[in-house]
Amino acid sequence: MRYNPPSPLETPVLSRRFRLPNSQSIDTYLANDGYKAFEKATGMTQDEIIGEVKTSILRGRGGAGFPTGMKWSFVPRTSPKPKYIVVNADESEPGTCKDRLLIEFDPHQLIEGVLIAALAVGAQQGYIYIRGEFRYLIGVMDKAIDEAYAKGYLGDNIQGKGIKFHLATHSGAGAYECGEESALLESLEGKRGNPRIRPPFPAVAGCYQSPTILNNVETFCAVPSIILNGGLWFAGLGTPKNGGTRMFCLSGHVNKPGVYELPMGFNLMRMINEVGGGIRGGKKLKAVVPGGSSCPILKADECDLAMDYDTVAAAKSMLGSGGVVVLDEDTCMVKFALRIMRFYAHESCGWCIPCREGTTWLKKLLTRFHEGQGQRSDIVMIGDLSRNMLGRTFCPLGDAAAMPTIAIVEKFREEFEAHLDGKPCPHEKGSRLAA
Amino acid sequence: MTFSPELEARFEKFLAKYPADRKRSAVIPMLVYAQDETEAITQELIEEVAKRCGVTPLQVDEVVGFYSMLHKKPQGKYHVQVCTNISCLLVGGEELWNQACHKLGIGHKQTSADGRVSLEEVECMGACSWAPAVQVNYDFYHFVTPGQLDKLLDGLAAGKKPEEIADVKKVSC
Repeated sequence: MRYNPPSPLETPVLSRRFRLPNSQSIDTYLANDGYKAFEKATGMTQDEIIGEVKTSILRGRGGAGFPTGMKWSFVPRTSPKPKYIVVNADESEPGTCKDRLLIEFDPHQLIEGVLIAALAVGAQQGYIYIRGEFRYLIGVMDKAIDEAYAKGYLGDNIQGKGIKFHLATHSGAGAYECGEESALLESLEGKRGNPRIRPPFPAVAGCYQSPTILNNVETFCAVPSIILNGGLWFAGLGTPKNGGTRMFCLSGHVNKPGVYELPMGFNLMRMINEVGGGIRGGKKLKAVVPGGSSCPILKADECDLAMDYDTVAAAKSMLGSGGVVVLDEDTCMVKFALRIMRFYAHESCGWCIPCREGTTWLKKLLTRFHEGQGQRSDIVMIGDLSRNMLGRTFCPLGDAAAMPTIAIVEKFREEFEAHLDGKPCPHEKGSRLAA
Repeated sequence: MTFSPELEARFEKFLAKYPADRKRSAVIPMLVYAQDETEAITQELIEEVAKRCGVTPLQVDEVVGFYSMLHKKPQGKYHVQVCTNISCLLVGGEELWNQACHKLGIGHKQTSADGRVSLEEVECMGACSWAPAVQVNYDFYHFVTPGQLDKLLDGLAAGKKPEEIADVKKVSC
């Protein structure tokens, strides 16, 4: 069961149980390798578990791509404070819809990944922060958690091994900002989702100021396969320094949009043409957002590249959250830039002035441009304003708004110029974006 | 303030999730679920949640002002949310949004005169690969066509429940 047909080019690891009947139930899970990795991990030391995750070269799937094993190793073992595992299921980066599937169709895989993380650092409590709009997923997850308690995979004495771990869901209430780890922790504590200054990082002072492992859903979901099959096996699925597979969310102007699990390093043009069935209506490719709206856009001639963290970074963009948004030749880049900026202006939490004011002014400038009232000097101002936001905020939201804008203005300057002098948008057929 | 037994049971579960001295963590989940029953977040609800979580009403109120799903004004019985963010925009999300506004004669965060339907243009709802997407309350609709949106809005306006409307099926379990 899934929302799009699978592709024969996929390498199903995290998604391998998606098509099984009743894939959410613990019985299906147990009959298909479920909780075997946990069993194996109970016979390993904390160093061995973390070592295996390091060997796998699993990198954070939320967007930053930080090595997961290393992140886990930062949790201080000797701290007298309780330790926490927090799952970031606040999926809201535009273009991204993979965590939804991972929870909906295989919630026990997530629980098992969290359990193994708990073993690795000696945590006894975990929370799954799910965005409020995913109300039905909270139901799916709660049911799975209840099943895990009933079968002794959560509780005070897990499988009679003297291991204690409790897990609960936590509902968000609509805030993109809470997908940022420190804002998520504030929100989990019942406060406004403003980011915290770092250091200290969550590994040292996270949930309730205690040592915390905080990872994306997809990251935790990869852990059972890594423990079961070995870190080397997982690393071998991808490219050097980029282990495993990735849940790529293909959207936009392709014939077969969908979430596809492909090996890390899969070629982007092949993804569009062979997995996605090419561009709709036989049109030409104009550009691709490779990893969610925060990532600098790639022009068509930059898209023949391997989709791993390092190759996309070398192309001056980011692999990000796996949201691959494909744009055809008829897309108005001014309108696209404006829509991205409207989003960030709406979602800026207001904590840092460069982000709060920067996104608001950029939205105004881009709106003016899109409505044909732009001035030549505005093109420079859009770039200047964006660059002045970079690196000047507590969390990356400011950068996330600035980076795609800078790239769009640099790479499609001629489209901005085509909107000058009261000329109508060359791509527009009627409707205008409301500011 | 009294709530339904179901909501009271939920509150009890929420408060048990967090360490005893961290009841403030339950503020947001409580508000999200309570507003479905009380129709909006009232001052009375704010004070009740504050009392139960051991914080001041102001600490609850400042949270209400931050999160986009928390609302002090009642929404329609059916809250229709149309995504116009990038993935939806590229495949007709904006056209769906304009169509909905035109058809109902209301705009962003407005409610029809009979209180049945309210509209909101929302940011990315996590259905990008199955765009354009619409949410009615908490249910997702994928690959929505203008024809389906018409049927959905007509049906809701005519007093039908979403599941009674032909050719428009919510996804997910």
